[in-house]
Amino acid sequence: MAVIEEGMQSSSSGVNAGEEDLSVATQWQLIRWKFMRHKVAVISLVLIAIFYLFAIFAEFLSPYDPTNHDTDYMFMPPQRVRFFDEGKFQLRPFVYGMTSKMDENTFRTTWELDKTQKYAVKLFVRGDPYELWGLFESTIHLFGVEEGTMFLVGTDKMGRDMLSRIIFGGRISLSVGLLGIAISFVIGVIMGGVSGYFGGVTDLIIQRIIEFLRSIPTLPLWMALSVALPPTWTVVQIYFGIVVILSLVGWTGLARVVRGKFMSLREEEYVMAAQLNGSNESRVIFKHMLPSFTSHIIASLTLSVPSMILGETALSFIGLGLQNPAISWGVLLNDAQRIIVLADSPWLLSPGLFVIIAILCFNFVGDGLRDAADPYSSI
Amino acid sequence: MWSFILRRILLMVPTLLVVSVISFAIIEAPPGDYMDSYVNALLQQQEAVDPAEIESLRKRYGLDAPTYVRYFRWLGNIMQGNLGRSLEWNQPVTKLIADRLPWSLAISVASFFLAYALAIPIGFYSATRQYSIGDYVFTLIGFIGLATPNFLLALLILWYYFVATGNVAVGLFSNEYLVAPWSFAKFIDLLKHLWLPALVVGTAGTAGLIRVMRANLLDELERPYVMVARSKGLSETKLLFKYPFRIAMNPVASTIGWTLPTLVNGELLASLVLGLPTIAPLFVGALLSQDMFLAGSVVMVLSTLTLVGTLLSDIVLAWLDPRIRGAI
Amino acid sequence: MSQSPLLLSVDNLATHFFSQEGILEAVDGVSFDIHAGEALGIAGESGCGKSVTAQSILRIVPKNGKIVTGAISLLQNGESVDLVQLDDRGQEIREIRGGEIAMVFQEPMAAFSMVYTIGNQITEVIRLHQKCSQDEARERAIEMLQRVGMPIPEQTIDAYPFALSGGMRQRAMIAMALSCHPSLLIADEPTTAVDVTIQAQVLELMKDLQRDMGMALIVITHDLAVISELCDRVMIMYLGKDVESAPADVIFRDPKHPYTVGLLRSVPELGEGHTQELDPISGSVPSPYRRPAGCPFHPRCPEFIPDVCDVELPPQIELTGGHRVRCHLYVQD
Repeated sequence: MAVIEEGMQSSSSGVNAGEEDLSVATQWQLIRWKFMRHKVAVISLVLIAIFYLFAIFAEFLSPYDPTNHDTDYMFMPPQRVRFFDEGKFQLRPFVYGMTSKMDENTFRTTWELDKTQKYAVKLFVRGDPYELWGLFESTIHLFGVEEGTMFLVGTDKMGRDMLSRIIFGGRISLSVGLLGIAISFVIGVIMGGVSGYFGGVTDLIIQRIIEFLRSIPTLPLWMALSVALPPTWTVVQIYFGIVVILSLVGWTGLARVVRGKFMSLREEEYVMAAQLNGSNESRVIFKHMLPSFTSHIIASLTLSVPSMILGETALSFIGLGLQNPAISWGVLLNDAQRIIVLADSPWLLSPGLFVIIAILCFNFVGDGLRDAADPYSSI
Repeated sequence: MWSFILRRILLMVPTLLVVSVISFAIIEAPPGDYMDSYVNALLQQQEAVDPAEIESLRKRYGLDAPTYVRYFRWLGNIMQGNLGRSLEWNQPVTKLIADRLPWSLAISVASFFLAYALAIPIGFYSATRQYSIGDYVFTLIGFIGLATPNFLLALLILWYYFVATGNVAVGLFSNEYLVAPWSFAKFIDLLKHLWLPALVVGTAGTAGLIRVMRANLLDELERPYVMVARSKGLSETKLLFKYPFRIAMNPVASTIGWTLPTLVNGELLASLVLGLPTIAPLFVGALLSQDMFLAGSVVMVLSTLTLVGTLLSDIVLAWLDPRIRGAI
Repeated sequence: MSQSPLLLSVDNLATHFFSQEGILEAVDGVSFDIHAGEALGIAGESGCGKSVTAQSILRIVPKNGKIVTGAISLLQNGESVDLVQLDDRGQEIREIRGGEIAMVFQEPMAAFSMVYTIGNQITEVIRLHQKCSQDEARERAIEMLQRVGMPIPEQTIDAYPFALSGGMRQRAMIAMALSCHPSLLIADEPTTAVDVTIQAQVLELMKDLQRDMGMALIVITHDLAVISELCDRVMIMYLGKDVESAPADVIFRDPKHPYTVGLLRSVPELGEGHTQELDPISGSVPSPYRRPAGCPFHPRCPEFIPDVCDVELPPQIELTGGHRVRCHLYVQD
């Protein structure tokens, strides 16, 4: 049969000037370009970076020591940062002080704005002493007030600054996500890789395990396992215990991605070529196969961070995960569980807002990465 | 079709065995057995402990036999519908669970139907009007729904409910029906209360389903058979429902497999927050007091029910798609 | 042939696609006529706008595509209807689709829905266009399957498409298209997706059916052999333009446009008994988003005339014997 295309293909050399940069770009450049087009994902990535920055430098960036309590300031509502004093604009932001009154009959405390007290918000103020990462001693906080109080998200039942607690809580809640996927990554890549590369009975068994883990409800399992952690463990040990528990179930999604990719790549010609050239198995896997789907793995990892964060938050919220004195978003939300308290002090729910934003951002970034991960699909 | 169902049921047997092993492991997991915590509790109350009596109790509850013996004994009991005895409540576990399970099931089933009833039309709308304002709004709501933990949503709703009514728990019945015998009015009253927890539990599932439905339908709309159907002169509505919608429903139906576990997770959290008399408070109480027979049984029952639900969904799926019947 | 009435007349049709990357002028000024009972072949490389031309006639262009200009007049019950003016979801065009004009698609695997039996999908179109009961429709479907040479049609009618072989699926597809006795059948690459051995059978079948049923046929293909087998007239397309059209025997014997000449030279001739040097056209098809100015073929044309071909779009020149060509090498008589 005579077919036109065959005659056409034999000489094609003309590449248009505009396409040249695309044709020589590396895989990672293409992924970056495609990702940058996804505006929501880029904004989310910036937000995530800011979140982690706060988590890393929590001591310096939080205005107070999160454990610093003062019974004079229990359940104090948030103070707003203002620029207008009685209608007059002023360049230096400030907060008004608050005074409390207790009802003689109900013993309920109410807080009122006291406009006679004005505290300027300043940068690099001296406040509670801390040791950054246990190395650098200092009393300088990025922002705060020199006298009076500045509780931008209010205080909790012991008069502790909610904002500082949220920032420190982020350190645990956000790192659970990263540490969790690090462990799931190792399990997922090994299980998925073995399953996809060898196939056969191995594949069948691992597939059944994955199917099983995905078809039973995880929360009861997590709850039961976290109770099984020895009560004598320290906060740090419990923390790692919880992370391991979460990862034991979280690796399945990644394993599926890796397996699927291995399955399809095994059939690719360049893998066959490498095998025919005498490369040994591990060289074929690590040199030729893994790099071709690193981008997919990163996307899949990003998308599994939210379930880790949610898992920790839910467990701690119920009281089965981390517990006081550890600070995580879930532990903070545990304080908001008593509805009567919550009705009077709704700001206790604010850690939840950070949970939602963090998860939203990870989902957006993950979606953007997944779309970008296949840079050759359509440009 | 029947052979498919039979094969599928046979495949479930090993899975159920694994579930039983895990449940038993949970029962055995805490260091020491219930007797130890019992002794501790007695000691704390500064009561006298008679070691001989403790040993006889151990024997009576069979706590002294080797692990595998206890497992098979436990498994044998389960086969006869006997899940053991809750040492905390001093009641059969079967009875404790049976009292509360119907409420958990009612909430899960209601949220399941709510999720699909919302997700399918919304996903359909979003896909057929891609990039319209409605599509963007639903997509945004979907993203927020996915990112909001169930318990947080429950907490928000409970807060609103408390401010509005002054009640601290949502409950499943109005006061006048609480102890009343079953009647149609009581059932209606239940439905009136059920939708709220169902909505809380269903949000995350709904959001995920909308995305699946939208993406699948968008994929299917591009397929050649849609253009073929159009070239035959079918009207757009008839065509959409007969061809792409029908096929896009298959992945949606297959999502039941992962929707059920999330519903069970969600139901646990929502019931805890909303103060509903379901299996959730029972389970958490059992965990906190190390009443592991009860806790392990709850894990066993919830997992088994989820697996049965998945089985049912697979059967529906095979009925929907003739290609699947041959596979597996 | 020329005595039979004019069935379909496409005049200066332009269909563009609008996307983020820009406007893709898939079809840009195509004109042709087809008479009742005639067979027209449309040939060209992938992406030259052949399929979009067919989709434009049925008004089933994918949703970001739009017919920008032109007229498509169809002779329906003695009256001329401009298909471009019809609402693409309206009743009128839906009666034409599948009834007056039917289409056979490239991939029989993808063209059938896998969740319904082929009988379901064939009777559907019969019941849509002809008043009859479910049983009558089924009978007619079996009859049609018989006619396209389907073995044991009484059983295959209840088969799911994935249970049929590629050739059988294509036969079922043809049966579905012809089940309402259309006056025009458009076949989009009817033989591309089937085995070489089946290709000949399918071509034979289409030739027989066209003669028996007296319908007009538009065959869209990149395979010139299909055209020489089936068609009375040929239209060659390049980058959305109709560069040349002529009776089939004329175009193979005496091609005028340099592109057509190049096409024919790049095709091996069989049965000549001597080794033959293939002569491919230099360069490759430019991106449709970056259409060259003037004659779209000028960057690859061996007869390129500077300052003429790259500036001005050649008009359609009418040569003798119904031979039309768009090229600056020729002038109107």
